[in-house]
Amino acid sequence: MQRLEVAFLEKAKELLSSGQVNRVLAYKKGEFCYDVSPAVFYSVEELENAVYNGFCGANLSKYLIQESKKEGKVAVFLKPCDTYSFNQLIKEHRVNRENVYVVGIECQGKFSIEKFYKTGVGFVASVQEDLDSVLVNGETKIDRNAVKLERCLVCKKQHVVYDELLVINEKKDGDLDRFEMVKKLEAMTADERFAFWKEQLSKCIRCNACRNVCPACTCTKCVFDNDDSQISSKANADSFEEKLFHIIRAFHVAGRCTDCGECSRVCPQNIPLHLLNRKYISDINEFYGEFEAGKDIAQKGPLTNYTTGDIEPNDFKGGNK
Amino acid sequence: MQELNKEHKPLIVAFCCNWCSYAGADLAGSSRLSYPANVKIIRVPCSCRVNPTFILKAFQKGADGVILCGCHPGDCHYTSGNYYARRRMTLLFSMLDYLGIERERTRVEWVSAAEGAKFSKVMNEFAKTICELGENKRLEDLRCKD
Repeated sequence: MQRLEVAFLEKAKELLSSGQVNRVLAYKKGEFCYDVSPAVFYSVEELENAVYNGFCGANLSKYLIQESKKEGKVAVFLKPCDTYSFNQLIKEHRVNRENVYVVGIECQGKFSIEKFYKTGVGFVASVQEDLDSVLVNGETKIDRNAVKLERCLVCKKQHVVYDELLVINEKKDGDLDRFEMVKKLEAMTADERFAFWKEQLSKCIRCNACRNVCPACTCTKCVFDNDDSQISSKANADSFEEKLFHIIRAFHVAGRCTDCGECSRVCPQNIPLHLLNRKYISDINEFYGEFEAGKDIAQKGPLTNYTTGDIEPNDFKGGNK
Repeated sequence: MQELNKEHKPLIVAFCCNWCSYAGADLAGSSRLSYPANVKIIRVPCSCRVNPTFILKAFQKGADGVILCGCHPGDCHYTSGNYYARRRMTLLFSMLDYLGIERERTRVEWVSAAEGAKFSKVMNEFAKTICELGENKRLEDLRCKD
């Protein structure tokens, strides 16, 4: 795995020093090995702090909305799931494609630091990655699947848009059914479902992280921030948005959500927000035919399209009573 | 109807499109067909104007049931507005069902300007359903702590 990081650094250096691009959007080291954040590098010297490892979970495509509009070309390293988001942004005319040089980078699934703690390793000082295992602090070996983010258990595997690929090993696993939990919830009774969501959504502290990180949430003026909107802003005393925030957030990205799983990854309260998005995706697939946002930009979005024989809103099957 | 209303008087919000359903409601009135007084009609230019947040907001503000009425599919004044509304509402209602909210509280009906009788029938039926369901507690506050 370390080979990949070396290849990544070499590629970034080559792109910068050749003048092909004037900045690189990638990840930079933090204080700890798991504390990696997105960053823009303008010179080869700055790349000393660049890093690519299992903690680089952030979806860089959202940063391109801003970066692609600045002067000069930007190179970016996108994982397979990031390319779906990027493709969707191209479709929505939110990025300037000509200004972006996309390097599709290999991904073997990203880590969740919480899952490391759950295995009982304690402080994580260093992680050495292998294809199916990781070595923590040079002594404890853990199965890679045990520390992967939940979203990485269901993987898209293929890059849909790129200028060049940087893949050493193909990804093999990640074939779980992504709608498994949605189906489980649908099989519960309405009371059980309500109890489940009440417990989950009660944890919300309205930090807005899920909205801010979402590559599909790209409005410059958001309903949750706009005082003139139907829904008031965070500081107001109106209780509406606090409660129904999550339904609206998920609805706003319905049909455009690529299921990149960033919302659940960043949630400080660990609310399984992707289950709301996946419900919309599974409904769209069921009612209007298979659709994967970001895969094919020529295809019309399910909510901007219709057929005369669509299902009536009173007639869907729904979950158990 | 009145017997059911004794204890709890439900509040029902009906979004009606200007061109068909609102005229249908008008016809119901001029034909002296009754529909429950607790149905509050909000006129919208087209059923497609109804943003899902409108429906949620109505619930939040104390509605016990929300019904959306529009032109019959194929008859939209703006050609295709109700088709888009139909998709949106299907997804929204399905999501509410997924969150454990009684699906009978939300409904979509297509009522034309000539269907005063249908309008009256639909509203009476819907009001009855909502009366039976009782007060809306779940949608008022998803994060309610009993």
